[in-house]
Amino acid sequence: MTTYVIKDVAILGGAESDIKIADGVIAAIGSGLTGDVVVNGKGCVALPGLVDLHTHLREPGREDAETVLSGSQAAAMGGFTSVHAMANTNPVADTAGVVEQVWRLGQQVNLVDVRPVGAVTVGLEGTALAELGAMAESAAAVRVFSDDGKCVHDSVMMRRALEYVKAFDGVVAQHAQEPRLTEGAQMNEGVISGKLGLTGWPAVAEEAIIARDVLLAEHVGSRLHVCHLSTAGSVDIIRWAKARGINVTAEVTPHHLYFTDDVVETYNPVFKVNPPLRTRADVEAVRAGLADGTIDIVATDHAPHPAEDKDCEWAAAAFGMTGLESALAIVNDTMVKPGLLTWAQVADRMSIAPAHIGRVLDQGQPLEVGSPAHIVVFNPNIDIEVDPTRTVSASRNTPYAGYVLPGKVVATFYRGRPTVLDGALA
Amino acid sequence: MTHDVEPARVVLDSDDISRALTRLAHEVIERTHGADNLTIMGIPTRGASLAVRLADKIAAIQGSPVPCGALDVTMYRDDLRMRPARALLPTTIPPEGIEGRLVVLVDDVLFSGRTIRAALDALSEHGRPQAVQLAVLVDRGHRELPIRADYVGKNLPTSNLEIVQVRLREHDGVDEVSIERAV
Amino acid sequence: MKHLLSASDLSRDDAVLVLDTAKQLAAATAQGVGKLPPLRGRTVVNLFYEDSTRTRISFEAAAKRLSADVINFSAKGSSVSKGESLKDTALTLEAMGADAVVIRHPSSGAPHRLATAGWISGGVVNAGDGTHEHPTQALLDAYTLRAHLRNGEGDLQGAKVAIVGDVLHSRVARSNAQLLQTLGASVRLVAPPTLMPFGVDTWGCEVSYDLDDSLNDVDAVMMLRVQRERMNAAYFPTAHEYSSRYGLNATRMNKMPSHAIVMHPGPMNRGMEISADVADSSRSVIVEQVANGVSVRMAVLYLILGGTEMS
Repeated sequence: MTTYVIKDVAILGGAESDIKIADGVIAAIGSGLTGDVVVNGKGCVALPGLVDLHTHLREPGREDAETVLSGSQAAAMGGFTSVHAMANTNPVADTAGVVEQVWRLGQQVNLVDVRPVGAVTVGLEGTALAELGAMAESAAAVRVFSDDGKCVHDSVMMRRALEYVKAFDGVVAQHAQEPRLTEGAQMNEGVISGKLGLTGWPAVAEEAIIARDVLLAEHVGSRLHVCHLSTAGSVDIIRWAKARGINVTAEVTPHHLYFTDDVVETYNPVFKVNPPLRTRADVEAVRAGLADGTIDIVATDHAPHPAEDKDCEWAAAAFGMTGLESALAIVNDTMVKPGLLTWAQVADRMSIAPAHIGRVLDQGQPLEVGSPAHIVVFNPNIDIEVDPTRTVSASRNTPYAGYVLPGKVVATFYRGRPTVLDGALA
Repeated sequence: MTHDVEPARVVLDSDDISRALTRLAHEVIERTHGADNLTIMGIPTRGASLAVRLADKIAAIQGSPVPCGALDVTMYRDDLRMRPARALLPTTIPPEGIEGRLVVLVDDVLFSGRTIRAALDALSEHGRPQAVQLAVLVDRGHRELPIRADYVGKNLPTSNLEIVQVRLREHDGVDEVSIERAV
Repeated sequence: MKHLLSASDLSRDDAVLVLDTAKQLAAATAQGVGKLPPLRGRTVVNLFYEDSTRTRISFEAAAKRLSADVINFSAKGSSVSKGESLKDTALTLEAMGADAVVIRHPSSGAPHRLATAGWISGGVVNAGDGTHEHPTQALLDAYTLRAHLRNGEGDLQGAKVAIVGDVLHSRVARSNAQLLQTLGASVRLVAPPTLMPFGVDTWGCEVSYDLDDSLNDVDAVMMLRVQRERMNAAYFPTAHEYSSRYGLNATRMNKMPSHAIVMHPGPMNRGMEISADVADSSRSVIVEQVANGVSVRMAVLYLILGGTEMS
């Protein structure tokens, strides 16, 4: 079997060392190691393979936007070794049959662990619980349940879901959006929405649901995960809930770390996303929350859309942007370079913690001898201008087109085998 | 444009301009047999001011007022599309109108003739004059169309590289005509 | 000027140029000149995704009076109602050689998108987009104000205008709030708090919830159309309560200074935001606004299409 050596790489940003990979595991760490294939890691950092808790792979149903194959390739290019495939496919992943289909497709592609997320309610309609237990017991072994794209807004339904998944150590990942306050909403409600005449999406529509949900989670003693938290108020609520001992985790997306709502002034629908891009104060707050651990993880909410759903006027456009391939560069830009996170903390926020929340066995492990060889080698010191025509995802709705981002994934190892080498799919 | 420019050479001063206009007034009266059907139409901006002065001089000589107006030709120019859209200038038609009148168009400088062609088009939108004549303060030559002036204050042979500047009290605080050469 | 998408595209001098140009064009009309030549050979497309007969006719008359060829493209009964996207419609218009597209669209920002997405090369004039802007309406309002308050000259420095009604959903209010301030006027927005946009405090306008207190020092009152459907969304309790708190009736009009004028962009809800006697009073300039609309739109089309295309 081929052996690999990553030479002179800074493990978690620390001292330079060689990493030898053999038989799917880290075989040795030290200097002067040799192997069949050598990866030059000089100037790069090595992190455990990234785990995305929030990915839209679109298959089944919207294979024109993304497939398990193209999404897995995009994930590998971004340094991921596991993704959680959201349930809002067509048909919805609300039965054991659909989650097993997605899981099998992931096995066949075999570039990342594809972990299906199960819908909380049948058809994401919020009225009847899906067969959560059947999905948990299926071959896909679902542990994360979410109606993402829609909010489980009925308080009783949310309570029951939180309670029910305790039986199999599941977690409900809530898309926090009060529906009545966001009818027809197009962008963050603020000075810019008022000026642009786009229906506003108030921060309170997110915060009110999060506040309710943490109290429900406390009351029933359940585990709650909050998807794509985007406002300063949400950070405060999570911080308060954690201080109270409530078992809640939260994620922030790269784009909410990076953009403010003034980019909407271009009316370019590539910036249309749910939840919407927020204000500078919100961006500062989510960065601080991610730095101090209030926000546990970065999750991409990678949401591919075909060109016709974005090359149109704002109101007609779909919500969402791609993010797998750019995530690590954005975290480097917004968190590492300003000194808010160390690379070891990045490993926690993008690999260890999400693997733990999703109960992904054998991912998010320490980079030490004997660990499964899920490794990303990232050069944080190359500036790359994003060219949407060069993305691996089947969709090109990256909001970073034309932006220069710091860093590039040089290599990704999944189960000891390179999925990316020399910055290209292996 | 920031061409270096030689010191301007004044070719007509205030008195020269006044004398030229007085002579033009007499010529107009003579050629129109007493000017009783006369309407003076100036082309803004400086042509319109010269038209007012000319009308006043004719009126002073004749002892009766002469209808005088202004005719903006901007929208009728054949070079409209060669520059950014230009501001429009006022058109004022005297109460008598121009139908059946003997209209004397007035402009400051006659050069290519294109402005006058545009003026003839613009004029026709307002009626059918009995006849149209042309009076200019300066004729500098270089015609590009078969147009000539009926009344000329001063013939000024120039090179194409030269710039003829007409300054009038109403706009520039001074009456003078000068030639500058772009180097 | 390549496009007119927002009142904020216009500097003070740009706006005055439009008004001055409109004034000369209005004078030509008054002098009996039927058709002016500057847009001969140019094609203007009226692309209307909302029913708005008055705005479409106004633009059509303006373009025709400047000798442009006019193509009317309305969404109803066209390929649009068969699901054609804005992009494909735009590509069609481009292939047909449209030099300018006048667009009315229910979605805020659609004209901006049309102008910047690379679908067409011609100019774009926003004829009202969603709840965003309606810049030619603001220009014709400014023209009307200038004619009454400043003798048709210069800007509106020092004038005071109250804009009353559904500011939240009003593209007329958004464009006017910007343009009138650009021209030096001060603007007071009057509406129930539910119909004020978020962040209105950053608009540079005075904000009032009380119409009775907002009338005694103004030079003009601009009433906005209020849709009765809004009360179903709980913006106000009943049409009657709205009308009694924010409607302009004769009693309120008498609180205005004697020189102050009453404006309305139309179409009016008589008995809702404006009483019939006010709408028909001698201080109402509503009919004049319509007439000025043609001159102002001629000016905009002339300034966009009358010169060379700037790359």
